Amino acid sequence: MNDRTRRLRQQSLDAMPSISSERAELLTDFYQEHLGRHSVPVLRAMSFFHLCQNKTLYLGEEELIVGERGPSPKAVPTYPELTCHSLEDLRILDSRPKTSYQVPEHCLEAYESRVIPYWQGRSLRDQIFAALPREWHEAYEAGIFTEFMEQRAPGHTVLDDKIYSKGMLGFKQDIAESLACLDFAEDPQAQEKCEALRAMDIACDAVILFAERHAELAEDRAAAEQDPQRRAELEKIAEVCRRVPAREPRDFHEALQYYWFCHLAVITELNGWDAFNPGHLDQHLLPFFEQGLEEGTLTRESARELLEAFFVKFNNHPAPPKVGVTAAESGTYTDFANINIGGLLEDGSDGSNEISHTLLDIVDEMHLLQPSSNIQLSRKTPDALLERALRVIRKGYGFPSIFNADTVIEEQLRQGKSLEDARAGGCSGCVEVGAFGKEAYILTGYFNLPKVLELALHDGCDPKTQQQLGPETGEAASFVTFDDLFDAFDRQLRHFIDLKIRGNQIIESIYARQMPAPFLSVLIDDCIAEGRDYNAGGARYNNTFIQAVGIGTITDSLAAIKELVYDKGTTGLDELLAILDRNFQDQEPLRHRLIHRTHKYGNDDDYADELMRRVFQSAFEAIDGRPTAKGGTYRLEMLPTTCHVYFGSVTGATADGRRDGQPVSEGISPVQGSDRSGPTAVLKSAGKMDHVKTGGTLLNMKFSPSLLAGEEGIGNLSHLVRSYFKMDGHHVQFNVVDAELLRQAQADPAGHRDLIVRVAGYSDYFCDLSTELQEEIIARTEHGSFSQAEARAGQADRQDKVLVG
Amino acid sequence: MPRGQVFNIQRFSVHDGPGIRTAVFLKGCPLDCAWCHNPEGISPRPEILMTPSRCIGCGECVAVCPHDLPIPHRSPSAEDAEHCLVCGACAEACPTEARQVVGRPMSVGEVVEVVLKDRIFYDDSGGGVTFSGGEPLQQSGFLRAALEACQSRGIHTAVDTCGLAPEEDLLSVAEVTDLFLFDVKMLDDSRHRRYTGVSNRQILANLKALGRRGQRIWMRVPVIPGVNDDAENLEATAELAASIPSVERVCLLPYHPLGESKSKRLDRDVSLPDLHAPTPGEMQNLLEMVEAVGVAASIGG
Repeated sequence: MNDRTRRLRQQSLDAMPSISSERAELLTDFYQEHLGRHSVPVLRAMSFFHLCQNKTLYLGEEELIVGERGPSPKAVPTYPELTCHSLEDLRILDSRPKTSYQVPEHCLEAYESRVIPYWQGRSLRDQIFAALPREWHEAYEAGIFTEFMEQRAPGHTVLDDKIYSKGMLGFKQDIAESLACLDFAEDPQAQEKCEALRAMDIACDAVILFAERHAELAEDRAAAEQDPQRRAELEKIAEVCRRVPAREPRDFHEALQYYWFCHLAVITELNGWDAFNPGHLDQHLLPFFEQGLEEGTLTRESARELLEAFFVKFNNHPAPPKVGVTAAESGTYTDFANINIGGLLEDGSDGSNEISHTLLDIVDEMHLLQPSSNIQLSRKTPDALLERALRVIRKGYGFPSIFNADTVIEEQLRQGKSLEDARAGGCSGCVEVGAFGKEAYILTGYFNLPKVLELALHDGCDPKTQQQLGPETGEAASFVTFDDLFDAFDRQLRHFIDLKIRGNQIIESIYARQMPAPFLSVLIDDCIAEGRDYNAGGARYNNTFIQAVGIGTITDSLAAIKELVYDKGTTGLDELLAILDRNFQDQEPLRHRLIHRTHKYGNDDDYADELMRRVFQSAFEAIDGRPTAKGGTYRLEMLPTTCHVYFGSVTGATADGRRDGQPVSEGISPVQGSDRSGPTAVLKSAGKMDHVKTGGTLLNMKFSPSLLAGEEGIGNLSHLVRSYFKMDGHHVQFNVVDAELLRQAQADPAGHRDLIVRVAGYSDYFCDLSTELQEEIIARTEHGSFSQAEARAGQADRQDKVLVG
Repeated sequence: MPRGQVFNIQRFSVHDGPGIRTAVFLKGCPLDCAWCHNPEGISPRPEILMTPSRCIGCGECVAVCPHDLPIPHRSPSAEDAEHCLVCGACAEACPTEARQVVGRPMSVGEVVEVVLKDRIFYDDSGGGVTFSGGEPLQQSGFLRAALEACQSRGIHTAVDTCGLAPEEDLLSVAEVTDLFLFDVKMLDDSRHRRYTGVSNRQILANLKALGRRGQRIWMRVPVIPGVNDDAENLEATAELAASIPSVERVCLLPYHPLGESKSKRLDRDVSLPDLHAPTPGEMQNLLEMVEAVGVAASIGG
């Protein structure tokens, strides 16, 4: 980092997230005047144009890459057309202890006088909740599933390389051609397509205008600038903003700025999940990098400075504020932009290059919360890239995460994508797989597997509320065999997946009708060619995910029940359930026996792992291949974000020894502390899941720093990763911090503000996490090394062992 | 086929030979080193191991013991040990694994089954299986059979030995061993007797016998400050290594303090000096000392 980057980075770190009501106010004004006078897509595009035309611009001192979503860094707009925050919501955001947002007085006033009166009852969230059936609400409130789109729009998508060879004027030409091909005589949807395309055209103009406003601002600043060097920079910024996004970029700087305008436009148009994402940034930038070096217009230093300025921009953009259950399932400032490093080219050859290493250097040096980064590790990826990544991981910030590029491709081929599209795809958000630039892949909500087992054990009745939520699948006493029990679980599972999907169909059609995303549609194939919006199925591929949570907890619970009740017959199911319902009161020895003396997933123990496979298969069969409202397909995903803590809070004691309210297991990781056979056993257990059938799985591992010391440590970790990927493992990520440090941070948060740890598919500041989540991370098993040599080091646990007989 | 008396199988063992390995610990050792970190490996018989920090005081062990012996939280006494039949009832009853039986008979097939579980990791890392102990050659018949079974499945085999065994046993095992991790603690025999309870003559003769066979050897020296970390011993050790062409390297393993409970166990009148872990700087000096003799050396391994 040079001094400029250091200052920009520090400004970004120091800025406190706040709420800006500017977007809400502009949008309210616009809707008051225009609602009902245009088709929905055109209205949306015009409102977007209005925002681009009127929003306050920001051009910071020393900046090279310009543009902010809000009026200043970390000033976060709201989206009242989707979710209209109440005054109480805003006060909670302002005052809650974790992930708070400062709410200025002006914002409260604007909400009270203009925004709330207009949007209350009209926002999409209000419409969605009104349209969903009662059973859906009951299940939602009981914590059986969550719903992603109740306050944030579908997004979850990533850009491919298309913008680097085509400007918005080019896209406008494509739109014009598509419009010219409409057959109003024969195609009954031609008018609908026409409106969608007109909207896309307006959206292109809006972004060009937005850039030109920045060019004007830079020119004004340049005219007033005394320092000749900064004046030259401002003139260059102006030149860049005149060029992109209207026309294709000519150099490295223009390429980055072009993407950044697209990013801002996507997250200004709507608050889609996972912000937006440049995808294979190293691959996209390579031609500009090489050309610049060759022409002498770019140096490695200047390229790096621009990339660092670009990274700071991501960090300036916290996630839009979430409330309620959504805040619990995703309690973080991170907005999940996740840069892919390495991977393959469309022709199947290794896609890593010099910029891949530069990006890792930047991640290492800047360690910002955003953007996230991952490496796409293929069989063809050189070891040097993996080792470089592991050296960053070893420092303990939790990134980059590591994906199996070969499995990511195989997963996509199974979903029916072309080989080239699959190779150009990758991962975004936490671990989700998609065909970059060509797919709408939407997370729709987490699904609480342990809770469903709880219902199956109580004949469909929630013991927390005594409410009959699911079908009556039989009293526990009627389960003569383990298969009877599993069958009841399977029927409950199907019931709630059906209910979840029924809700999704309603929500998806509301979005398709009322909340098109014309600008995002410009960027994603084949929305222009089809004349269909991203939110209405215009993308080439449409996959909708349901994310199952708690596979470790449910597996261990089933294993304990199977062993104690059905195999050994030492405990009756009724007796066990009574103990669970009393939260193990006066039953500590039994609880310990359940924790320590039963089969556990994560130990390469087939007894447990077979049950994991069985649960997985049930979830897969209940979800995979079912049609979505917009012509896509439902898929299974295995990731938790922070939802395992929320789901745990609504789930009673479980037969694996977990107490009422404790977090359930996260991702496909074993239950916290139950993996006691070392990291190879964890990977073997996780490798027994059929990852290729998913749209992503998430495995967290925690290592003690000493294990990864030296070249040998890097070698060991590298072998673990490569071996897991041979088993088709989708993803793995590492926390390399010792529990002691985390305890210190809990005691002294002020002194550990910069401590970043891996949570789920992202890293976060440890001190920003809820206490429950902090405890959950500390409880994850820390893998040390096991050997005589280490034993000589006197492991703490060994020290107090004594021979007694 | 004899069954082995196994007291632990540790997967992801990364300091006992090359790559990612599974270490199989066999019970029984003819040495009684003052610094022993694995006292449960010394006796050839099963024993009960207690981890007081795990005990929740539930008393289930007391309830099932035929002699009413084990008492939660209490340290063991010689009296307990005398009466204990090691029937394992207390360990079976213990909900937290605070009490465990160390040492269980396993067939070659059972051991190989566990070893094969991590095969995919051996392939990638150049790892394999390491038989350790205790002293694995104490069970040389079982050891040979287990090594043979692993080797015939293409798994790299290593034996971690203190070196004390009948030469014919050692050479028989050597036929199915790819690599020996051979402990050479100190060359002075009287010191060796004092700190380990046995002479090193047979050990050194065995080392040379393996050398004559051209057997691959990593010579391992536990560095115990004040006991064997003097220049004289280290240089002599390095020269010995240099004289045997098949010794590929000398591994210096830093000693770490072990806590009271371990040394208390000793009944011999041996007073170890006030031990401390060698500092990285000290280890580096020793490493350079060994390398100066012209032998490849490493810290750990």
